[in-house]
Amino acid sequence: MIRYAIKRLLLAIPTLFVMLTAIFVLVRLVPGDAAAVILGDQASEASLRALRTTLGLDQPVYMQYLSFIGDVLTGDLGRSLSSGRSVGQEVLLVLPYTIELTLAAIVIGVALGLPLGIATAVRRNGWVDYAGRLISLVGLSFPAFVSGILLLIVFAIQLGWFPVLNSGSSGDPIERLRNLALPAFNLGIIMMAYVVRVTRSSMLGVLGEDYIRTARAKGVRPGRLVIRHALRNGLIPIITVVGLYFGTLIGNSVLTEIIFNRPGLGKLILGALNARDYTLLQGLMIIFAICVIAVNTLTDLAYGLVDPRVKYK
Amino acid sequence: MQQNQETALDIRGLRTEFKVGGRWYPAVRDLSLDVAENETLAIVGESGSGKSVTALSILRLLPQAGARIGAGEVLFEGRDLTKLSEREMSSVRGNSIAMIFQEPMTSLNPTMTVGEQIAEAITIHRGASQADAMAEALRLLKEVKIPSADSRLHDYPHQFSGGMRQRVMIAMALACRPKVLLADEPTTALDVTIQAQVLMQLDELKEAYGMSVVFITHNLGVVAQIADRVAVMYAGEVVELATVDALFANPAHPYTVALLRTMPRADRATESLEPIPGSVPPVTAMPEGCAYASRCPLKQPSCEDKRPELLPFDGPGHQVRCPVRLEQTRG
Amino acid sequence: MGAAVSSSPARPGGLWLAFSKNRLSWVGLALLAIIIIVAIFAPLIAPYDPLEQNIVARLEPPSAEFLLGTDSYGRDVLSRLIYGTRISLTVGFIAILIAMTIGSMIGILAGYVGGVFDQIVMGLLDVMLSFPTLLLGLMIAAMLGASLENLIIAIAITEIAPFARIARAPTISLKQRDFVEAGRALGFGPVRIMGVHILPNMISDVVVMSSLWMASAIRTEASLSFIGLGVPPPTPTWGSMIREGFENILDAWWLAVFPSLAILLTVLALNLLGDALRDAIDPKLRAE
Repeated sequence: MIRYAIKRLLLAIPTLFVMLTAIFVLVRLVPGDAAAVILGDQASEASLRALRTTLGLDQPVYMQYLSFIGDVLTGDLGRSLSSGRSVGQEVLLVLPYTIELTLAAIVIGVALGLPLGIATAVRRNGWVDYAGRLISLVGLSFPAFVSGILLLIVFAIQLGWFPVLNSGSSGDPIERLRNLALPAFNLGIIMMAYVVRVTRSSMLGVLGEDYIRTARAKGVRPGRLVIRHALRNGLIPIITVVGLYFGTLIGNSVLTEIIFNRPGLGKLILGALNARDYTLLQGLMIIFAICVIAVNTLTDLAYGLVDPRVKYK
Repeated sequence: MQQNQETALDIRGLRTEFKVGGRWYPAVRDLSLDVAENETLAIVGESGSGKSVTALSILRLLPQAGARIGAGEVLFEGRDLTKLSEREMSSVRGNSIAMIFQEPMTSLNPTMTVGEQIAEAITIHRGASQADAMAEALRLLKEVKIPSADSRLHDYPHQFSGGMRQRVMIAMALACRPKVLLADEPTTALDVTIQAQVLMQLDELKEAYGMSVVFITHNLGVVAQIADRVAVMYAGEVVELATVDALFANPAHPYTVALLRTMPRADRATESLEPIPGSVPPVTAMPEGCAYASRCPLKQPSCEDKRPELLPFDGPGHQVRCPVRLEQTRG
Repeated sequence: MGAAVSSSPARPGGLWLAFSKNRLSWVGLALLAIIIIVAIFAPLIAPYDPLEQNIVARLEPPSAEFLLGTDSYGRDVLSRLIYGTRISLTVGFIAILIAMTIGSMIGILAGYVGGVFDQIVMGLLDVMLSFPTLLLGLMIAAMLGASLENLIIAIAITEIAPFARIARAPTISLKQRDFVEAGRALGFGPVRIMGVHILPNMISDVVVMSSLWMASAIRTEASLSFIGLGVPPPTPTWGSMIREGFENILDAWWLAVFPSLAILLTVLALNLLGDALRDAIDPKLRAE
């Protein structure tokens, strides 16, 4: 298991390099003079030159690349052009909100999706199955901002159950929860749709396995059969696919934060886009890349915990 | 047949059907068989003959959708198993009737240790504590002769070889000292030498535990080694029933004769091995008359008119479903 | 999920049979047909010019005159919605066509060449696949600047990786097949083998998956437009209409709700269709 873990961690390093390089190239895709794009048409030649120096744009490309990689490896993600704070600081200010939101969404998505997915597989072609599949398909068809707006209109504006505008960093835990509820539910049901689908197909595969019949032949009753025998085996592909979903979850949380006016990485990105704050944008992408790689690696490690066969490979 | 013994399991008129394209077709047709206490009954046939379906019907392990027992009774300990609730049935499974399957590679749960899998039936049926059940599991592993059983108790199935996995399967089946053991091609997936070892062990355990065994196989060589009586199945019905000696000495049904010819024997050159031409008719297109007629060298025009009955042949307990052969011996 | 795609091409007859038996696939097909018709005949169907401003009738709720109400410039929401169909379908269709072409080429090449090349290419694609589609699209669109062409390019890039994956798996199994071996023995070059023998045999898998990915592309387009990285105003797009509705959410709910439903229906139609097609080509599912 330890060897497996080390191997997985080592594999993450080249992936990180590829992502960093891709981000470096992407940022340099800006047509024309980046400094001019950032400062606008009215900028003076002197301020343009100053900005080019700050951004290192006056250096040859390979030097830019080396210093970019060097900075990232030493933990320096650059400085926001608009606020002057370091990207790390900017992110740390809002990160707890995004983590709170995505964790709540994962809990909702798994807590609702896993049982529903299991039920659709066990009651295959019954009404639970059809209902579950329809719910799942509709959920998968919602862009996160569309479902968010509809939730906002119905539950916050029409029914008034939840605040329309996020009241910010209130210390009151009830208020905090009320602010969290709708956005978390929005992200959570979309994730649920996905979990239902993955769980269903995985469980259908497992329930047809020979060892399930063996367990039935032993006198194992349906409840124990599904939980003890099928689910543990079915979880292996579910974990992988849910791990891969993390990228989509991040994307959806950006949209959700914008809709519900929640502080977080999503609002930070939108702010950076509107202010043409390319260094902040680049720093945020690097942070997302690191998060994605970390989650993928963790997923592989979780895989090893669930499947005894992995440890010995 | 050991007539002085009590019947352990009595199947009467069993009819198991599958749903194909919205209609139900019988895969096992009016099958009647009984197994005496301490007896080994072999059910022999090609794939598609309904022999595995018969075993799965006894324990009602067929897929819940698309398969059903259409008629008949399975009498065991004074109860008709086909009438039991699912809950009552699960207290029979793995307890007084146990089953071993063909594929040792896929029939064990990859995420549970073999110890846990053997102990499971004991905790379910005997209400034993996990510790007691594991102790019993260890005893069973030793009984089926798994080397260094103590350390292997906590290993996972993928760490065992095919033969060892099949022994684990046997240990699982024996866990609650069943009265009847259904063995569905338990040695087919194994090497010949390992196959012989497992067979011998199964025979010893049968004696030791006082079980009846229903042994399903397509291999007549295995039958000769282990069985007391043989039922030959074709297209979902029994075509011949005899003691193992009578069957080999005096096979009655042309299908049995053909099966025997496919079997390599010391007293015959390998060149004389003959595969049976043709194939079993599909369940959706069962002929009106004798199901074997299309492949039968003895076929008469009358064979295709009416489904033949299973009738006594010469010798005690020897029955055959072939009017032509019956006619020949009488005439 | 990806592994479920059949490696052997399905017979068209069987595919059609399996597809046509699925009732939901017909719902998807009918919805999609209506949406395409609306897009093509937008000028004939739309009651007003989608760009025509009407200062007197600003933020009018739905009425007999304006069936779905008007926006803050007094433009007819229904007409804008109808024209918006064109942008969504165009972007989705062209982006997927580009992604399908480039992705399939990469996948076939990686599968055909194999070895280290395959491993490196697939490793890179895995990295792309795990990066959030929306953020990748957002980044590219932000760097290139907001325009129809750039939006299409950004979305196409985000969808290359899945197509390469789909094309690679059947290529590897087809490579071993007799007719490809025979072609090689006859001295056909690799390009000919890939183009003539492998491509036609896996095209059904790729095309089937494209409707699912087109759903994803349309979602991404709408999301980018919503963020402000889509086709610039005043061109009506569903995403930008929702953006405007969002800004007026307290007093004009219809601005956001109708384009939201339009996106939902379009994506749902494509998902229904794609699901049915995928089930139809999967021999495991068809057998049941």
